[in-house]
Amino acid sequence: MLDNLDELFKGFGYTLFLFLVSAVASLVLGTVLVAMRVGPIGVLRAVGAIYVSVVRNTPLVLIFIFFHFAAPILGINFRWVQVHVGGFDFTSAFATAFVALSLYTACFVCEALRSGVNAVPMGQAEAARAIGLPFGGVMTQVVLPQAVRASVPPLASALIAMLKNTSVAGVFFLAEALATMRGLTNDYSSERIGIFACFAVGYILLVEIVSMISLGFERRWRIA
Amino acid sequence: MRWRKAFAATAATLVVAGSLAACGDAGNDKEGRDVKAKSDCDGKFEDGSRMAELADAGKINVGVKYDQPGLGFKGATDDVPSGFDIEIAKLLVADLCIDPADTSKVNWEETISDNREPFLESGKVDIVLASYSITEDRQKVVGQAGPYMVTGQQVLVKADSDITGIDDLKGKEVCSVTGSTSLENVKAKGAKGVGADSYSECAEKVLDGTYRAMSTDGTILAGLAAQNEGQLKVVGDQFSEENIGVGFSKDRPEMCEWIDGVLSKSFEDGSWADAFELTLGPSGVDTPEPPTLQPCK
Repeated sequence: MLDNLDELFKGFGYTLFLFLVSAVASLVLGTVLVAMRVGPIGVLRAVGAIYVSVVRNTPLVLIFIFFHFAAPILGINFRWVQVHVGGFDFTSAFATAFVALSLYTACFVCEALRSGVNAVPMGQAEAARAIGLPFGGVMTQVVLPQAVRASVPPLASALIAMLKNTSVAGVFFLAEALATMRGLTNDYSSERIGIFACFAVGYILLVEIVSMISLGFERRWRIA
Repeated sequence: MRWRKAFAATAATLVVAGSLAACGDAGNDKEGRDVKAKSDCDGKFEDGSRMAELADAGKINVGVKYDQPGLGFKGATDDVPSGFDIEIAKLLVADLCIDPADTSKVNWEETISDNREPFLESGKVDIVLASYSITEDRQKVVGQAGPYMVTGQQVLVKADSDITGIDDLKGKEVCSVTGSTSLENVKAKGAKGVGADSYSECAEKVLDGTYRAMSTDGTILAGLAAQNEGQLKVVGDQFSEENIGVGFSKDRPEMCEWIDGVLSKSFEDGSWADAFELTLGPSGVDTPEPPTLQPCK
């Protein structure tokens, strides 16, 4: 196992990159969704609600299967993605995983934020309206800053779940941590347990880091 | 229309989970060979040996693949799986005076690549015939006898592709199955290995143009090419050598001599060639000379 540490790091490298880009994308998309869901426009509210209930109720593997095998028939493919950084290749498998994970996790981010928005007293939004702020201003200046503080723990949970969900990509053409582990257990069948342990430690470390960051934010924003 | 097609594709992929899709013309429509159980087991095996125990019990657990057409494949409605691995397993089972067709006596357990060693170590299966390459590292934890087949890796590309072999694919993405030796061999040849969950998924990705090529044992590729006739072709020379053998528990080394004995008998009396012709012949693989057995350790 120790001779293959570079493979382990490369596997977790893909996992980490996938997590970072998907986290950013799902946070952005989730914020847009929550704005739609609590906003004043009925059509957008409905669209947001339908999106969340459809995508959140679909298993992640199904979303991956859709983008890998059905989408190309409809003309949607990610073959054009060809980014090579150092030893890492970000091609169609990575792009597909990114899209699937972001779309999926955005629902959970949206719902985590919505619970935060509901925690902000109605009077806050009403006061903001009263001093003449438009809806965008109410959200960005008054409601969301308070909502985010209230929803740090559920947001962190959603992101941790996503970090572990990146392993689904290992079954779909991406050589991230899980796929690397399966390659190693095949080549070194006699060291199975050691290999499992190393990868478990890797995941625990990554999750622990995300938890720490979230804890940091919680402390900083203790007084909401 | 396109949506309906896409929906159908998703549904199909789900239902068959990639494995049934690989059935088609790869030789599994035919019934297997009819192998009769021997009846000479009294005193044939040494007392206390695993073979004597199995023959006395009249029951055996055999680990095979369910998802490789031509080698080890089981359709949703089949009682007994079919393929070359299965035919060899039948010969071994019959030699223990157990009727290979009787599923109450022979339990065809599915062993995917990842659980072949754990199943042998825990005793869940007695022998494994699941396109199981003989490697030094595996022999540290399990016993391996044979080989009963030597295969090599080739490349499968679109029918209109101008790729002629693995050497044209340096630095390009080549699909194979995660955790397989094939994927390592692809990387060793300078191509970028991409791991899928099954070979039919790879074939799908070669067909839709995401990857230019996929690579694994020529026998499997021939089956996939036969299934997508006119759209895919197998190219290039074999660039690796895999010795496919029989796995057994390391605690029972006496099984090695017995397995080799049954195998060499099948090489001589033509039943090996017969089984090969029946299972792998339809996908266009010529029946080779029987391989040379490795000595037991």
